[in-house]
Amino acid sequence: MSDMTQTGPVLAADGTPLKRSLARALRMQKMRALALIAPLLLFVLLTFILPIADMLFRSVENSIVTDTLPRTTVAVQAYDADSGEAPSEAMFDALAYDLVVAAERKEHTRVGSRLNYENAGISSIFRKAGRSMDDMGEIYLDQFVDLDKAWKEPETFVALFADPDWAAEAGGDDESRFAYSDTAAEVLPGATDAYAAWARTIQDQDGDSPTKEKPWAPIYMALYKDLVQNPDAPAAFGGDTAALLSAAVTAIQAPEWQTMSTREAFAEIDKDWLDPEVWRTIKTYSGKYTNGYFLNAADFQKGPNGPELRPELERIYGTLFLRTMIMSMAITVSCIVLGYPVAWILANLPSRTANVLMILVLLPFWTSLLVRTSAWKVMLQQQGVINDVLVWLGIVADDARLVMINNQFGTIVAMTHILLPFMILPMYSVMQTINPSYLRAAKSLGATNWTAFWRVYFPQSVPGIGAGSILVFILAIGYYITPELVGGTKGVFISNRIAFHISQSLNWGLAAALGTILLVVVLLLYWAYDKIVGIDNVKLG
Amino acid sequence: MKLRNLSALAATTALCAPMAMAADMANEMTLVSWGGAYQASQVKAYVEPYLAMHPEVTVIWDESSAEATAKMRAMSEAGNITWDLVDVVASDSMRLCDEGLAMELDHDEVLAAAPDGTPASDDFGDLIVSDCFVPQIVYSTTFGYRTDMVGDTPPTSVCAIFDLDAYPGKRALQKRPIDNMEWALFCDGVAKDEIYDVLGTDEGVARALAKLDTIKDQVVWWTAGAETPQLLADGEVVMGSTFNGRLFSAIAEQNQPIGMLWDMQSFDLDGWVVPAGLPEDRLARVMDFLKFATDTQRLADQAKFISYGPARTSSAPLVGKHADLGIEMAPHMPTDPANATNVHIYDYEWWADNRDDLDAKFQAWLAQ
Repeated sequence: MSDMTQTGPVLAADGTPLKRSLARALRMQKMRALALIAPLLLFVLLTFILPIADMLFRSVENSIVTDTLPRTTVAVQAYDADSGEAPSEAMFDALAYDLVVAAERKEHTRVGSRLNYENAGISSIFRKAGRSMDDMGEIYLDQFVDLDKAWKEPETFVALFADPDWAAEAGGDDESRFAYSDTAAEVLPGATDAYAAWARTIQDQDGDSPTKEKPWAPIYMALYKDLVQNPDAPAAFGGDTAALLSAAVTAIQAPEWQTMSTREAFAEIDKDWLDPEVWRTIKTYSGKYTNGYFLNAADFQKGPNGPELRPELERIYGTLFLRTMIMSMAITVSCIVLGYPVAWILANLPSRTANVLMILVLLPFWTSLLVRTSAWKVMLQQQGVINDVLVWLGIVADDARLVMINNQFGTIVAMTHILLPFMILPMYSVMQTINPSYLRAAKSLGATNWTAFWRVYFPQSVPGIGAGSILVFILAIGYYITPELVGGTKGVFISNRIAFHISQSLNWGLAAALGTILLVVVLLLYWAYDKIVGIDNVKLG
Repeated sequence: MKLRNLSALAATTALCAPMAMAADMANEMTLVSWGGAYQASQVKAYVEPYLAMHPEVTVIWDESSAEATAKMRAMSEAGNITWDLVDVVASDSMRLCDEGLAMELDHDEVLAAAPDGTPASDDFGDLIVSDCFVPQIVYSTTFGYRTDMVGDTPPTSVCAIFDLDAYPGKRALQKRPIDNMEWALFCDGVAKDEIYDVLGTDEGVARALAKLDTIKDQVVWWTAGAETPQLLADGEVVMGSTFNGRLFSAIAEQNQPIGMLWDMQSFDLDGWVVPAGLPEDRLARVMDFLKFATDTQRLADQAKFISYGPARTSSAPLVGKHADLGIEMAPHMPTDPANATNVHIYDYEWWADNRDDLDAKFQAWLAQ
């Protein structure tokens, strides 16, 4: 026993090893601290991080195409748009089955809008096709019904396709989701698929039962195609169903049976359906995820041989990113130049006066952003206050008034004004902590005013400049209202395009990609700042 | 026959069922519109009369029509639809319909017939550009010019915007390709009915942009409709495009020295859409309001307050005088025959297809 106490771990009063006991106490403390910040953490997570993560995820998400066109995206994989051959009949069949379901669910136009971002014109051919889907395969429906009135009855189809267990319970108020029989799926795969898709759609959409509704025309088309492929299909069934199917097989093989080509039907809806480019676009964007939005955001496009730079006339985002960076830096620099003396004066005045002047600095905060921006319009425009004064003074000729707005100059002036308080406040609070006796000491040791300022005062105020610059710069690159109003064509930022894609074009994927790139650029700049200046060298007071 | 049944049904419902129906309807309705003079005209013409008939109903306004498409998509994704009836331009209604965010309507069933019995779908005619859309007004994007800055020869053709010799000075144009590209091609000598064929090719786009290039340095690009009247009033621009109602109020209500240039005015529509997926009681209320607010008399009444043409053919003869100024409104309507001698017909379907593509090209051109 005594041996154990000497070689074993040190024990706490209650007999547990001291190390564990300490760790537990610490863990308790950490848990308590965590519980204190938990409300804030949860708040930030729920209202900030999750929405942003969701938005960023949209920049790669592309499941709408496969979800809406499951058969088409499979059928199109074997197609080579460069081969010069027309899209095959099988692809159009798959498209017809997909579209008839999508049109019932009113999703065909959504996928059309999605693909229209990549290939202008697709949205209208999807819209038109959706309208005509009800008639697709009507010719087969008529012939089947002419053959035997039983082909009009819902029961015929339930007997043919439905899982017997499902059929036994179907028809009630709480009908379970349609299940197909394995026999049908084996011998009539296309028709079973089409029927199941229809049955589930009417169950989901309208709460109808397949036992009571007449199937739509494309199912007859699928049935016809399956029977052509597999004339022995009737053998797999029994009773009335087998007899009906055998009669159908005989009729189909007869010369007077009329057929139609799905491709022709689509070409009749819009001849653009025959365009290989449409099918290339569907194939290119058939994945669950896409890098298409990011390529687009970097002025690239998906060509036949991988990503390629867009034609020069269509490149815009590179220019805008670069411009946003350069102008934000210009704004930051002008804020430093204008704000530094103000902060210095505020920090060196008696606190009573400083507080009054502080209100003047804060005053712009209490004025609406739009009002301030509009005021700059009145000041800067060609018939505006500044130009009028200059003309009156004779400095500028009346017919050569200065252009100071709707360009980069206007944006820089207005945004410098708006963001100036964010620069002055951190600088002021840092300068307040600088002991004035250092300056006096430097001067008493023989330094000139300039040397004393530059060697003694300025280095101590750098953390304030750093904090102000980060604030102003990061706010500036995200601004869009002011540049939109006073920026004209050359003074707009990337955020204006992001706002456009969010609220006007509804291309949220592209907006998310642009936003992600902007976020990455900011983080890179932050990292670079940390490497060069050091982030611990930033003080807010 | 069908019609008589319908009106008989309507009469029965009106006589026997108002109490029963009122119980099934929500008593709160959120309407979304554009704010400003336009929303005021809606309040005066049909919201106030409707509330007078149904004192139990309260109306909440949301002035978010400019971002309606984005907000409706966000609401639908969040599964919480707070709007009941949304005022949007025609192209947005197509987009909302395409995305399944707006409800498809059977116009003859949900809207009132004209007083002479013409069904709603015929009364609105071609203006029903999408199955989800109930048109209210026809407005146009057209030009105003400073009467004191054009000398003795006021412009009579839209091509004056490209004529820097005759009309020096800045011009205000909307910062989007729609309309501007068409005007540029028209003034570059393309026949009116071939504009969209030409614009559909890369060469056509380059041609339109080249024409706009000739005045690029002299253009102030606007995004809000109020900007052009302000720029004109300040003398910043000699001419500029905007919505005709904005120019009307600058000219008639504020007596600014501005003249109207109706040549090649671009017709556009504004109307209601109902968000998809409303609960039944709210839907019943909205449908009741919608039927009232878009009948012949109500649409004609709206023209008393703003110079936009009613979308129903049957409303046109009922358009009277301005409610405050007492001037005849008919000559200020974009649809007035004297104003509509040369009209540019905006092709919704074409722009729905090509808007994203052309917008990218246009913005790239602007940024150069």
